[in-house]
Amino acid sequence: MLKRYNINNQILLLTGILIIIPFFFQNDFYYEIAILSILNALIVIGLNLLMGYAGQVSLGHGAFAGLGAYISVVLTSNYGLNPLLSIFISVVIMGLLAFIISKPILKLKGHYLAMATLGIGIIINIILEVEEEFTGGVDGMSVDSFVVFGYELSDSIDWYILCAVLLVFAIWAFENLIKSPFGRLLRSIHDSEKAADSVGIDVSYYKSIVFVISVVIATIAGSLYAFFSGFISPQEASFTHSIELVVMVVLGGLGRVYGALFGAVILTVLPQLLTSFEDYETMVFGMIIIAVMIFMPKGIVSLFDKVVKKKEQSNASS
Amino acid sequence: MLQVSHVTKKFGGVKAVDDFSFNVKKGTIHSIIGPNGAGKTTLVNMITGVYKVDSGTVFLDGSDITNLATNKLVHRGVCRTFQHLEICGNLTVIENVMLGFDKYMDKNILRSCFRASSILEDEKRYFKRGMHLLDLIGLADFADFEAKNLSYGILKKLEIIRALATSPEVMLLDEPVAGLNPKETQEVSELIKTVVADELTVILVEHDMKMIMQISDHITVMNFGQKLAEGTPSEIVNNEEVIKAYLGSGALNGK
Amino acid sequence: MIELFGYLLSGVTVGFIYTLVGLGFTVIYNSSGIINFSQGEFVMAGGMSTVFLIYAGLPLGVAFVLAILITSMIGIVLYKLISFSRDSSQISLIILTLGFAIFLRGLAQIIFDKQLHTMPSFVGEGAFEIFETTLSYQALLIMVVASAIVISLYLFFQKTKTGQAMVAASNNVDAAKLMGINIKKILILNFAISAVIASIGGILLTPITSTSYEVGIMLGLKGFCAAIIGGLGTPFGAVAGGLLLGILESLVAGYISSEYKDAVAFVVLLAILFFMPGGIFGNLKSQRV
Repeated sequence: MLKRYNINNQILLLTGILIIIPFFFQNDFYYEIAILSILNALIVIGLNLLMGYAGQVSLGHGAFAGLGAYISVVLTSNYGLNPLLSIFISVVIMGLLAFIISKPILKLKGHYLAMATLGIGIIINIILEVEEEFTGGVDGMSVDSFVVFGYELSDSIDWYILCAVLLVFAIWAFENLIKSPFGRLLRSIHDSEKAADSVGIDVSYYKSIVFVISVVIATIAGSLYAFFSGFISPQEASFTHSIELVVMVVLGGLGRVYGALFGAVILTVLPQLLTSFEDYETMVFGMIIIAVMIFMPKGIVSLFDKVVKKKEQSNASS
Repeated sequence: MLQVSHVTKKFGGVKAVDDFSFNVKKGTIHSIIGPNGAGKTTLVNMITGVYKVDSGTVFLDGSDITNLATNKLVHRGVCRTFQHLEICGNLTVIENVMLGFDKYMDKNILRSCFRASSILEDEKRYFKRGMHLLDLIGLADFADFEAKNLSYGILKKLEIIRALATSPEVMLLDEPVAGLNPKETQEVSELIKTVVADELTVILVEHDMKMIMQISDHITVMNFGQKLAEGTPSEIVNNEEVIKAYLGSGALNGK
Repeated sequence: MIELFGYLLSGVTVGFIYTLVGLGFTVIYNSSGIINFSQGEFVMAGGMSTVFLIYAGLPLGVAFVLAILITSMIGIVLYKLISFSRDSSQISLIILTLGFAIFLRGLAQIIFDKQLHTMPSFVGEGAFEIFETTLSYQALLIMVVASAIVISLYLFFQKTKTGQAMVAASNNVDAAKLMGINIKKILILNFAISAVIASIGGILLTPITSTSYEVGIMLGLKGFCAAIIGGLGTPFGAVAGGLLLGILESLVAGYISSEYKDAVAFVVLLAILFFMPGGIFGNLKSQRV
């Protein structure tokens, strides 16, 4: 209920870890992986809010992140807008888009919802591939550097700090959100829409809101990744990327804020480790997904729960 | 208080509720009884906006509330419970009750993210009120239990308390004691009576005749979607038509 | 006019393939309520295995039979994996089948390769001429075989004892158990049948469009679109949805834009989901509160 002190302990621990790990980074590649992990984690935290709390599946969030990123990039590279302003405009556009499509989409349930989001994702992906004039087509396009208030973010360490700060803030804000009346409302929708409805909650409105929040976060993270890497291609918006994001949510643990972080880090780092297997990479990735779904359907964070429970039990008995 | 006039609902070609009318007086317990399939739950679903009525109107204190969605009705002071439990199993007992206060709470997203004082105050205030309600039914000790771990009987009561938290003027209870043992049934009856003491209007759909006869001020009997009889409990018990409908079951005497 | 007729013919040809994939979805969905996202990979497995068995020097007929057997084994493996899963929530099962699809794709990369492959048409390279439009023997074969599969599936589920038992079992699992029907066996059979249908689709398609380890993604998704457009769970709907999709795609590619051809299926899918959630032939079940 009012056990809020826990949040701050975890946030401190996370901050500590984020400060310490760069000392173990041997080159830029490590930073790159760390930044990508964090940005994926951001998208996954938003998606987790949608899937884990509001109980709505989306197989299209890769595409939303990709489209949002493209809008930011095109505004900056083709129209010379400041990157921050571009991202802001992109957020507004994507937020509106998400709100509009959320109405018909969120009426659907289960498989139908999954298919509708998947369909929208694939259509977005195809548009990005075909409209070469704006997007550079299948080969993608290069992205202007990220200049904020006259300062150009170019070093990996700059980006790492920016992303780390964003992550800590996002997790703190989300933990607060989940523990607030708004969060309780979301959890109630997940458990029983009828119950939520019966106490006066406009279920479809709140589902839309959560959908919009998750798309906005995906837009921000996707845009930042494009500016960081200096390159963007429709691959960012592919079905595969959407699947990866969903797997990150489930691998970490549905409805668990820190689960999102674990899921994103593991599934971002793992393929890098698997590249040494070369051709075996895809197969091993598939095997891991299957194994997780069979043996840990509640996600990795559920393992910690067991440890904590045991500890509590032994504390109680002693 | 609540006027239902000439409502009809068809499923396929079958009229589940057929040109049905009844009035509920303020502050009373008005029961709707009838054999299985008489259309009682359909009627409740029509009043609470779960089903669209094919024709007819529902008035609350003179204003038209026909086909208003369940969640909108809550803000007008009409709240319901369900025949089949609708409790949020992963929420704790106190959280379920606090959910009932949802319409009073600050749910601004930014303020929620930043733990604004309005959010914290709301949480504190309604936590207290929720605990007070739980105290009333002796469930305060279970406040921090996840609802899914509790017994059916407790959850049935919890559902009523949650509805009560929305501070309705009219509460529709759809079979609140179905599946409960005699002791639990008695407890729920008491609960409903104390609720009414707070000047609430209750519409009760039930099968348990003993309970109905004990606590109802007024009874409407339904059969095949139509009104069979209406009156006080003693009038209903002696009504020929009603006895025929419940032929030989002896149910009216609660045996 | 001639142009249009040509587009229609090629649309119907591809449409029959979508139909087969859609039917595969339907068979598994009807028996288990599971949407199998690796259905497209079953198609790929059928086509690729045949190609490589022929490379290995096996005669055509033997290669077909072996490829179909291999794919049905894959179907059964998927069933086994699903039955091991500790959590049967929809989202977990969706991801499980997605994972299996990725696994199969990865496996195909290793066992086979990443190249495009084709094989000669097994009924000769000739073509009929109808109204100044050509219809290749292979395309005609696709239409005939796919129709035959549709009809025999119908006969199997409606007229044979085993088929009827399977339908009954999926309608009411508990009742079927009481009557002594072995649910597990029925599910295995359904997964195998579904894989067989998919693999035949894969084999038939290869001479026309060629195949590779990654053809399954789009084929699977479009087959799923076909199933939903017709009405998920209705076999007749999968046929109608598949043909409609094939024809529309072909028309869009011909008259509007070949680049947006692949988007057609998903645009139609969304339109159906938003405006006719039961599909063209589906019936909406009302919810009881």
